[in-house]
Amino acid sequence: MSLDKEQGPGPGIVTTAGPASTVEVDTAAMDRRQFFDLCKKALPAGMALLAAGTPISGLASAETEAAAGALPEPKMPSYAMAIDVEKCIGCGRCAAACKAENKVPPSPHYVRTWVERYVVPREGEALVDSPNAGIDGFPDQPEVDILKTFFAPKLCNQCANPPCVQVCPVGATFQTRDGVVLVDDDYCVGCRYCIQACPYGARYLHPEKLVADKCTFCYHRITQGLLPACVEVCPTEARVFGDLNSRSSPIQRVLRFNPIMSLKAELNTRPKVFYANADQEIR
Amino acid sequence: MKTGRIPQQVVVLSVIAVVVVAGFFGMRALFVPESFGKYGHYRADSVDAIRKLPIQYGGAKACAECHDEVAATKSQGFHRGVSCEVCHGPAAAHIEDPGTIKPTAPRQRELCPLCHNYSPSRPTGFPQILTAQHNPGKPCMSCHKPHDPVPPNAPKECSACHRGIWSQKLVSPHASLECSTCHEVPKEHSVDPRGFVVSKPTGNQACERCHSNAALAASAIPQVTSEHTARYLCWDCHYPHFPEGKK
Repeated sequence: MSLDKEQGPGPGIVTTAGPASTVEVDTAAMDRRQFFDLCKKALPAGMALLAAGTPISGLASAETEAAAGALPEPKMPSYAMAIDVEKCIGCGRCAAACKAENKVPPSPHYVRTWVERYVVPREGEALVDSPNAGIDGFPDQPEVDILKTFFAPKLCNQCANPPCVQVCPVGATFQTRDGVVLVDDDYCVGCRYCIQACPYGARYLHPEKLVADKCTFCYHRITQGLLPACVEVCPTEARVFGDLNSRSSPIQRVLRFNPIMSLKAELNTRPKVFYANADQEIR
Repeated sequence: MKTGRIPQQVVVLSVIAVVVVAGFFGMRALFVPESFGKYGHYRADSVDAIRKLPIQYGGAKACAECHDEVAATKSQGFHRGVSCEVCHGPAAAHIEDPGTIKPTAPRQRELCPLCHNYSPSRPTGFPQILTAQHNPGKPCMSCHKPHDPVPPNAPKECSACHRGIWSQKLVSPHASLECSTCHEVPKEHSVDPRGFVVSKPTGNQACERCHSNAALAASAIPQVTSEHTARYLCWDCHYPHFPEGKK
């Protein structure tokens, strides 16, 4: 059990703050018996304070009072994206713009966002392809008896509970206070744990920098009030970007008027990328 | 052994312990960046570094500040939602230095088919063509204005826009039927497809004109009794553009 006393501002001074009285004693001249007596006096006062739940330090309570009079701090944004699958025409402009904006290597193996084509046959598994992230268009449909077919853009889901951040051994990938998961290029050791941990396959190892790389929601753009490059160029407004903490953000409307799902919700990653009107085949 | 004197091994171990602890904190101060842990288990400075990355796409709002005439034209047309930089490429550098750096302008057929080539996966009603058959080799711009795209001549065939339905119907038992057999098509629909919507049959009567056993139709046409259709709409089971019949 800890003793109910507080170290006061000056050295050698013990201050017991109570609602009724404040006792100051010079600790240098105090013997053991005096010390126990002091504790006995302080104990009921301390218990009363704890029960009341008030801050022990008088200074702290003064500070909170001063803060109550001031304006509250503006709310930190919580960035999110909604993707309306019914609107996606599979033009791949988002993937192309992402590569241009973020200097992603041109090889098809390295992408931060990509468009998948789903072809669901009447019998059997759905066929999914994404040649060069969908940037150059898609080849003809596979020769199957098609039940339905659609496009689905994919990107880092910016999880609120990100597995990649959990596994990073050096603290190089992290979640900012506005909810975006970023990679610190100067701190990443390129161990690839995060690439394996990501359930959405959204990360790759940058071939020149040899560090993990992924979608940043175009953090350099959104913090300046611009839209992410993929959202900027989407010709059908299939991608909508916004702030979940702002009532007037366009994303609120999408989330309100559409049936929404998250990818792999059962993994409890709590994605910040929401899919509207999406088929359950999208994973 | 005298009491009060600290044994040598304790002294040695204490010195080692002090050196190790001091070394740990010394190394930590040396190697852990200053801003690490300011907001969480990461380097707070890296957030600022990422924020300062260069921007490539300037955004459609910035384009409209100078190119207001084009923006006004585009805002009234079907391409109003299409950002300038979709076709003209990233133009942040052009905004910084409009004199020397010019964005590209596609003039051939390379870009338009990325959106408008026919694909069954695209949403229904999105305007699509078969690029190989649609005036091959001719630049799209020679007939369509990219900032205000409308068909140069109102298309005469339904298949110009409803290619997916048309190609299915073509290989079905309904191949010989005109679209207008079942749909009422307003004249203006080909010019303003969303302003003047085509009607769809609302009840089974549309199908029963041919498929009821009371109808005076050729015997080759499958016919059903009124019990067959009593409780359902025909298209609950049969897709009218590709009626499978007995399978």
